Amino acid sequence: MKSLAGRRRLASAFRYACALVTWGGVLLLGLLLYHVSRQGVAWLDLQFLQSFPSRFPDRAGIKSALWGTCWVISFTAVFSVPLGVASAIYLEEYARKGRLSRWIEINLSNLSGVPSIVFGILGLVIFVRAMALERSVLAGSLTLALLILPVIVIASREAIRAVPQSIRHASYALGATRWQTVRHHVLPSAFPGILTGVILAVSRAIGETAPLIMIGALTYVAFVPENPLSPFTTLPIQIFNWSSRPQQEFHHVAAAGIIVLLVVLLLMNATAIYIRHRLGRNTGR
Amino acid sequence: MTPQFRKKGNVREKLIGWLLLGCACVSVATTVAIILILVTESAHFFREVSILEFLFGTRWTPLLEPRSFGVLPLVSGTLLVVLGSSLVALPVGLATGIYLSEYASDRVRNVVKPVLEILAGIPTVVYGYFALTFVTPILQTFFDQVRIFNAASASIVVGIMVLPMVASLCDDAFRAVPKSLRHGAYALGATPLEVTVGVTLPSATSGVVASFVLAISRAIGETMAVTLAAGATPKMTLNPAESIQTMTAYIVQVSLGDTPAGTIEYQTIFAVAALLFAITLIMNVIANRVLRRFREVYE
Repeated sequence: MKSLAGRRRLASAFRYACALVTWGGVLLLGLLLYHVSRQGVAWLDLQFLQSFPSRFPDRAGIKSALWGTCWVISFTAVFSVPLGVASAIYLEEYARKGRLSRWIEINLSNLSGVPSIVFGILGLVIFVRAMALERSVLAGSLTLALLILPVIVIASREAIRAVPQSIRHASYALGATRWQTVRHHVLPSAFPGILTGVILAVSRAIGETAPLIMIGALTYVAFVPENPLSPFTTLPIQIFNWSSRPQQEFHHVAAAGIIVLLVVLLLMNATAIYIRHRLGRNTGR
Repeated sequence: MTPQFRKKGNVREKLIGWLLLGCACVSVATTVAIILILVTESAHFFREVSILEFLFGTRWTPLLEPRSFGVLPLVSGTLLVVLGSSLVALPVGLATGIYLSEYASDRVRNVVKPVLEILAGIPTVVYGYFALTFVTPILQTFFDQVRIFNAASASIVVGIMVLPMVASLCDDAFRAVPKSLRHGAYALGATPLEVTVGVTLPSATSGVVASFVLAISRAIGETMAVTLAAGATPKMTLNPAESIQTMTAYIVQVSLGDTPAGTIEYQTIFAVAALLFAITLIMNVIANRVLRRFREVYE
């Protein structure tokens, strides 16, 4: 056995190594943000936000991509949030702990691990071809809705589970039915948690590229979608397009696009954190 | 309450119950649809190319004459990225998890945890950009033979990408170990390192293993970063300086190209996707099994 001093030295060396590695990760995030902003900030101006994509880097902009993202994400949320929350309510409040609910549960955790590109193939075959939606906003948002559905269900279930059992018992004791209890007591208490989960899931959908490329969304789109059946492009798709070109200038344009995308995502994350802190306190948790 | 009202209420209650069940079944239907599509579509492919040739062939040139449909080059490209990213993500993630659960003060946790969440939330296409414009140039200044598209820079960013997941799952696993175990070891005179290595780590093994398996499964399914940074040349190589192609990047390449739908070249993407799905599914099932078991032990 080594001396006590040696063992202590080893222990503190290990501690410093772990700290070093951890702060290295934090530094990495800083480095990434610094690199992107240094590359792109000079290209970021009003004209960039208001122009359509172009073959000339200094005229290229993200107007169609920004609007496309808004359209696709709105529809994605409309499809996935009610479905996800309803599934969570069923699993937490209605399902008997039987084989069916265990099956759904296992299925959910495995589905959330399926690579996003496989969802793209699902969207391609079902929505684009079988339902003949072509590469429309609707096809894209349905694909993304299925992709984030497991995330919403898992987050909502956690929020619903955190509602104290006593609230339910009180409601039942007053003669409320199961649905009345859920509708008037469980859902309002679980609302902040559900909202947080929904925002995080939707922000994941905003950054998704691969499934949309699979359904054929990587094309030249120089217009704003007018209806759910219009073709579209989104921010990540434009960023991918510009990054994959050899010219240096387009890399700067891509960086400017990334800044916009990251700002949107950071705002959403900040909102989620704010809600978690603010509303979470009001319900007494 | 009149009996009539009650009866109406019951019908409504039942209806709502069934409606909610219907919603819950959508996710099951999604899984079934994925499996059905992959099986039926790749069946077209396997009618013309034997499964053995697909799984064990060492040349992948479905788009060029003479065509050859051996998927191993794509698998080895994926493996190379998985290996490289594991070298980054597993040790760093484990160390971060240990630091967060065993050493860090609450103030440090409150800084590091959100940073990890942000890292986890950055879209993969951004990591691809980072690999292409930041990591690759740095690698090229140190090593002459590094190509513009190379496996190394893709591996590094994929490693960074899955790092937050490993770190937070390891953190969870360590925190689930009861304090009394640590106190017992301290009481016997162990140093913090000896407690971590001798007591906490062995007790949290299943959680750590699950996080590793999930990370590898994520790295296998990663698409945009490897498409942007690793190149498009399917190749059996272990040299990270070379350009390679992963299974996911191949699927993207075909869907971006002008290969007509329905041809045997086009059907390859379903065969490759089926393989990808099978591999990740198996790994996820294993990881979730392990995770469930470790939750049962301490909760």
